[in-house]
Amino acid sequence: MNQTKPDKTLQSIKDKSPHIRAVVGSHRIEEEIFGRVFDGKVTQRIWQFVRPYKHKVMVSIFAVLAFTCSQLTIPLLIRHAIDSGMAPGVQPTILLQIIIIFAIIVIINFIASRVQELVTGRMAEEVLFDIRRAMFSHLQRVSLSFMDKTEVGRLMSRLQGDVNSMQEFLETSVLAIGDLLLLFGIVMVMFWLDWQLAIMVLTVIPILLGVRILWLTRARSAFMAAHEANSITNGALAEAIHGVRAVQAMDRTKLNSELYGQLVDNTFKAQLRASKLSQVMIPIVDTLTGSAMAVVALAGGMMVVSGRIEVGVMVAFLFYIQRFFDPIRSLTMQYSVMQRAMASGHRLTEVLDVKIDVKDSDKAKPLSSSDDGSIEFQNVTFGYNPENPVVKGISFSVNSGETVALVGPTGSGKSSVMALIHRFYEVQAGAIFVGGHDVRDVTQKSLGRHIAMVLQEPYLFTGTVMENIRYASNWADDKAVVDSAKAVGAHDFILALPKGYDTMLTERGSNLSHGQRQLLSFARALVADAKILIMDEATANIDSYTEMQIQKALQQLLKGRTGIVIAHRLATIRNADRIIVLKQGQLVEQGDHDQLLNLGGLYSQLYQHNYASFDDLPTDLSSKDRKFST
Amino acid sequence: MTKNNQSITGTSSNRTFRRTGTVDPHAGLDAISRITRMAFRYPTRAWLAIIATIIAVLMQLSIPVFLGQAVDQTQAVAEARAEPETLYPIAFLLLFASIARGIFTLIHNYTAETVGHLMARDIRNAVYGKIQNLPFSFHDRTHSGDLITVGMLDLEGVRMFFSTALVRTVLVGLLIGLGAALLLSTNLTLGLLALSFVPFAGWRSAVMRLALRKTWLILQERLGILSQVMEENLGGIRVVRAFASSEHEMKKFEIASKSALRLSHERIETRVQNTSIMTLSFFVSMGLVLYFGGRQVASGEITLGTLATFLTFMTILQMPVRQLGMMVNGYARASTCGARLFALIDHESEINNVPDAQDLKIIDGTLKLENVSFAYKGNTDRQAVTGISFEAKKGETIGVIGSPGSGKTTLMHLIPRFYDPTNGTISIDGQDIRRVTLSSVRQAVAVVQQDSFLFTTSIENNIAYANPYTETSQIHDVAESAQLHDYILGLPDKYETIVGERGVSLSGGQRQRLSIARTLMMKPTVLIFDDSTAAIDAETENRFRTAIKEFAKDRVTLIVAHRLASLMHADRILCLDNGQIIEQGTHEDLLLLGGRYRDLYELQMHPNPEILAKKAGIK
Repeated sequence: MNQTKPDKTLQSIKDKSPHIRAVVGSHRIEEEIFGRVFDGKVTQRIWQFVRPYKHKVMVSIFAVLAFTCSQLTIPLLIRHAIDSGMAPGVQPTILLQIIIIFAIIVIINFIASRVQELVTGRMAEEVLFDIRRAMFSHLQRVSLSFMDKTEVGRLMSRLQGDVNSMQEFLETSVLAIGDLLLLFGIVMVMFWLDWQLAIMVLTVIPILLGVRILWLTRARSAFMAAHEANSITNGALAEAIHGVRAVQAMDRTKLNSELYGQLVDNTFKAQLRASKLSQVMIPIVDTLTGSAMAVVALAGGMMVVSGRIEVGVMVAFLFYIQRFFDPIRSLTMQYSVMQRAMASGHRLTEVLDVKIDVKDSDKAKPLSSSDDGSIEFQNVTFGYNPENPVVKGISFSVNSGETVALVGPTGSGKSSVMALIHRFYEVQAGAIFVGGHDVRDVTQKSLGRHIAMVLQEPYLFTGTVMENIRYASNWADDKAVVDSAKAVGAHDFILALPKGYDTMLTERGSNLSHGQRQLLSFARALVADAKILIMDEATANIDSYTEMQIQKALQQLLKGRTGIVIAHRLATIRNADRIIVLKQGQLVEQGDHDQLLNLGGLYSQLYQHNYASFDDLPTDLSSKDRKFST
Repeated sequence: MTKNNQSITGTSSNRTFRRTGTVDPHAGLDAISRITRMAFRYPTRAWLAIIATIIAVLMQLSIPVFLGQAVDQTQAVAEARAEPETLYPIAFLLLFASIARGIFTLIHNYTAETVGHLMARDIRNAVYGKIQNLPFSFHDRTHSGDLITVGMLDLEGVRMFFSTALVRTVLVGLLIGLGAALLLSTNLTLGLLALSFVPFAGWRSAVMRLALRKTWLILQERLGILSQVMEENLGGIRVVRAFASSEHEMKKFEIASKSALRLSHERIETRVQNTSIMTLSFFVSMGLVLYFGGRQVASGEITLGTLATFLTFMTILQMPVRQLGMMVNGYARASTCGARLFALIDHESEINNVPDAQDLKIIDGTLKLENVSFAYKGNTDRQAVTGISFEAKKGETIGVIGSPGSGKTTLMHLIPRFYDPTNGTISIDGQDIRRVTLSSVRQAVAVVQQDSFLFTTSIENNIAYANPYTETSQIHDVAESAQLHDYILGLPDKYETIVGERGVSLSGGQRQRLSIARTLMMKPTVLIFDDSTAAIDAETENRFRTAIKEFAKDRVTLIVAHRLASLMHADRILCLDNGQIIEQGTHEDLLLLGGRYRDLYELQMHPNPEILAKKAGIK
């Protein structure tokens, strides 16, 4: 095993240069903040999810009660057996009777614990899955601008980590009730058996609680530190795995191993500290248990001697002592679980509370198949941030069946125009009509059916080729799927795949080339068979031969449909019926290729550069303009 | 990420690590013995843990005995009406035994965990070093998720082995063995009754743990599918919205969710059924002991204290018996985890330094390839690169062009020795790159890769990645050359801005420029741009090309690109097809030649679909 001493080496490096700009891994943005133990609002929200299972909650609480009572009764029965069943010369039937009662209690205990654990466990799972479903379904409807600015990883950590810690909480909360009851019951029974002895024994409880609370705060920070150190180290490992090619290319393996060694050492130290703190409670609890037993042996013994209590009571006390440290231990544990759950619950409700901006209005009607594929923008203004509109008062109309190319430099508002047609966002001013209806007056579902979209980056799902092309168009049979694939020229390469249309696509189609993925996404749009096709042409470099195929497929796709294409390629632009040129959110020119060239405006300037792809256009047009004016 | 044209057929069959699946039992046993040996590499701590365990067990066993004596003495004192002073020693013994038990439990737990953490420290360093040094060919075949599982979860399985399995075996074995001896020697019938639940509960516990482990592995897989459904949905939310397919997506979610939920329920049932039956068997034993013991107490055969000892002992024994299952699980887990972990640690790297390798000595900086061929592992029938020879001198710029799959990237990956050619030699200033140290080759040959991986740290640290001791001014210089300086100054934290997975997200072009900047920082002898300017707009690329003109004078520059504009100016252009050089010469030469290069030129500069379709042979 690698037994290097990283500290020393690193020290020598540091002597050489005080400014070493090297780290491995990154500090995790800690999301595991401990919240308040109890948060009324969060509890209320979570309760809404538990409410449908009200009956199960009742059953499990009842079972917990039965379980606790049976637990409490057993030492009492032992005591009874000792005191009245085992005295010399007593009828054996008395002992037998006690044993029969014992058997009944044991069966109750058996049934109650089964019922309680099964019902609680299952219910916790169901609630958990309900919460996750509610969140997921909510995310399907929240505005895209929210999704744009929220990383998938963050949402996933809420859908998984936070939901899981809720589960832990739900499962333990019923157990916590049981623990509380048990503790309370033991104290009551002890007082009932002999209050003086009970007081003497129970003096250890406040000491234990006090120590435990003092310990908890220190221990928690140590646990957190260990957890954090561990996840930083793991993060660095993940980075090394994902970035291994970059690391090797830049010959950083040696230095990285040293830096990682340091992280590992930190983790080691933090974990030892946490381990020390978690173990230190054991002798304390044992000492207190020992003291309690000693008190019973001594004071209880004296009481037996003086005849105040019977020896069975003393034995019962000894049994109870061994029992009552358990609930205290688990209760303090549950304290942390609850804190974590509240923090998680808070983050869950945050997701559930994200506002839904784009909703079907009450009077929304579905677009019918008789509605045509026309599009009209009337004075549309829109901005992701209302103070800074990216689309400024644009008006244009596209006739059914016409193909229009949207052209303009980065930031000109092309993508926003495209998103607005589909009502991904709500316009700030003006109106958009599809098939003659204001998009706000039709149902989103029918709008989706009316418009098909091809995004710049082809996005494929895990599943077969067939499933990916069909996607949500459930009405399309296999033949329709194959026909579409043929139409866009994807059929041949699909057949060449190991299982043809049944080939599984892995990791977003990484087993296909970019051009092939593009063709699949074309086929998907074709199967959807919508009146309007909106497309953001891919900018990625594909070889020129694939490019030709894609151009041909595009023509197939646009046949008989209204097409709006954000065009990056000259070939695409020249094939369009009309070109709309956008600049900084405004429509500056429109017409066909020749008209625009004659106009001598922005389009002709762009064209003069003779770039093969319009994506090559310089992004910073304003500085460009300045250059032209001088 | 390399583009090694892996077909679907080749991916799953020759992977080295899999998250699930069985491990050969022999390897499992080997792993267990190797982990044990690793633990005893810290002999003082390991033995201390075991000795402390033994003492803790003895203390634990003495408590029921003392309790029984306390009861008996109390009864005796009560009957004899003697002075209660005789109770002091026994009370003191109880207290003493409890404290000692606590302290030795602390020692045994703490030292056992320490041994685990020490092992984890060693293994972590070994795994990290291994992963970093294994060649590209290994990483091509290995799923990164599987490596992460090995480095994180399997590590835990191995770490926990000493404390949860090995030491616990000593603990449980002694506790049950000595306890049984004690009880059976005291009273054979009662002892047998008291212990009757042990084999049953122990067996149930082991069965349950193994069953739970199995379902847990399946559950992990199903939850994996569920999270995949969610992740793909959220990642592709625009597609989902575009096709208004939330219903379709919810259906997928429901299916994945229900199948996970069903298994989850199964898991709970397995657990509850087994634990409740274990508890039941315990209470049945207790009832029997209570009845028959009670009869014996009544008849005076045994004392009440003896009965109390039996009952207390049973209570104490309940916990370790339940833990038997955990123990068995610990062994099972360590054997699979260990086998996978050691398979990784022991994996031989194909690309190593030869013995006594010297550093590469740069004299003129001439790169020479002689008859170089290469085929990917597992795809040996098809050569990705065949018989390539060329020479490039300091100051020369060579362009490489060709359709996807023509072997451009593969060729570029041979020069820094990411892979070793199957045939032919690559040399720099006459020194075969396989004969000199790997590190010196990597420093001399720098590649700007297609997919630029950024590290989650400041821009400054990213640029200085290859040369962390550099000056700030150097960093600014290369950033300026890469046309990135102005952009960085516009960021809120300037050069301190965190980028990468958890930092500010950069556009494709910005990422590429950052990647270029950090490569320039290496001041290599051979500088390779592997299709790494595709996302940079033409004008910026132009400025960049001017900026590095001086820089290129001192080195060989290789440029791979699809866009002709990126390499038209090169001193020589190699046109690759099917792993071979089919045309080479200057831009003008190649245009005159009227071959493949000319076609590409026409296609990119004067795109007229009909004419080109004819040329490309697409109907």
